[in-house]
Amino acid sequence: MKTEKSTIIWLQGLTCNGNSHSFFNYPQMPSFAASFEILYHPLLCGHENFLSFLNSDSSFDFLILEGALSHDERILERFGLPFYEILDNLASRAKHIICAGSCASFGGVFRLRDPLKITGALFSGKEKGGYWLEKDNVVNISGCPIHPKWLVETLLALHLGEKVLLDAFLRPKEVFSYLVHHGCLRNEYFEWKVDSHQLGEREGCLFYEHGCLGPMSHANCNKILWNGVSSKTRAGSPCLGCTEFDFPRVALYETQKNMSLPQTPFGISKRAYYSLAGVAKSFKIERLEKKLIDENN
Amino acid sequence: MDKKTGKSEKILDAALMLFSTQGFYATTIPDIAKAMGMSVGNIYNYFSSKEMLAKEIIKYSSDILGAEIRRVNESEGNTKEKIRQIVALYFEMASSKPQHINYFLRVYLANKEVFKDGCEGMLCVSAFVTELMIFFEEGVACKELRNQDFFSAFGLFMGYLGGFVFLNGEGVLEKDLNSYVDDISLNIYNALKNQ
Repeated sequence: MKTEKSTIIWLQGLTCNGNSHSFFNYPQMPSFAASFEILYHPLLCGHENFLSFLNSDSSFDFLILEGALSHDERILERFGLPFYEILDNLASRAKHIICAGSCASFGGVFRLRDPLKITGALFSGKEKGGYWLEKDNVVNISGCPIHPKWLVETLLALHLGEKVLLDAFLRPKEVFSYLVHHGCLRNEYFEWKVDSHQLGEREGCLFYEHGCLGPMSHANCNKILWNGVSSKTRAGSPCLGCTEFDFPRVALYETQKNMSLPQTPFGISKRAYYSLAGVAKSFKIERLEKKLIDENN
Repeated sequence: MDKKTGKSEKILDAALMLFSTQGFYATTIPDIAKAMGMSVGNIYNYFSSKEMLAKEIIKYSSDILGAEIRRVNESEGNTKEKIRQIVALYFEMASSKPQHINYFLRVYLANKEVFKDGCEGMLCVSAFVTELMIFFEEGVACKELRNQDFFSAFGLFMGYLGGFVFLNGEGVLEKDLNSYVDDISLNIYNALKNQ
């Protein structure tokens, strides 16, 4: 068991602070603090600490990147320095680089402004090659924002020297092998193709009209839940696919359809899905058309 | 294919031929048995009722047409060419094996009471409809077809073809069915293409 604390420097590129705020909501922060020491976080520490560390040659364990990245100093600078000078300096001394959020992983919403100059660390959208062309110590934890457990549990596994299996987008399989669809309370409505009529109601599936991307988005939101109690789909709002390389899409609350046909769930062929959907749609299941909790009956 | 499946398929073929030419109600199980050279009792070993047989036939025909359209879907070529291929294969089937399309038009659509339990919605024509879903979805995805409601496109395509085969069956067309393929394909393409 490792007793020494791992050290963390948190660096922000183009960001809204959302991943920081999500991380600060981690409910077992004292236990986190027992294993980790944050040397710098822009929302916690003064510049002095950071600049003295920047000018040292000390190595550290985790460089956590939040926000989209750019080599262009007109787009991104910190402390009066071009951002690339800071990032290249720190990256060369970090044992692990963790991209916290979809912007650092894939470029996110900022990339849409200039996909050639604004990217994630190793990806620009789904294409390999972002701020760096290659790097072998990067882990992407996509999400907008990340769930605090995704970050902390990944950090902890690496802190303990465990092997963290990664998917093709360098995301921890432990989190991103699941789909948001897994554990969604609306699965029965999805099976029988019963739409939700409006946002926020308990009944119906949000996949057909309301833009839900749960069946094609990788994350365990409906397994571990947010704040331990709920998720977008449980609350009656569609999954917006925030962990995927193409987030954010346009018209997030509308299902994009070709000739009334939605995109098929991840890894399911059109032939398989349309056949099954057509069969399910042929039946009207009265129980599923009713309110889940009926005040009058 | 095992022996029982082979025999079932032969019964389906014989019944399909009789239903599509004489009609569902005018055809009896003894007629089918006679055409097969089988006993009436033996037919019931394969299909428990005439209604059951009718439902299996529509699935059988839908599978055959679906497999043909699947070949078009999986082939190279743009949407315009694929429309032509689908029209051509539909008319070819209507000419060389008219029983399949006649069955759809004259038995399945005309006697819905026979099919109401077990063939709800798209259930018994799923193989064929699924392939058209894939065709339309991919046509929109590659921006060749205009995005619209599935049934408005499906109705235009299949209503047109079905209607034309019906006219052919009535003997009112002046030319051979296959000689209309070019014009009809172009009309369908022009109606559905991205403007």
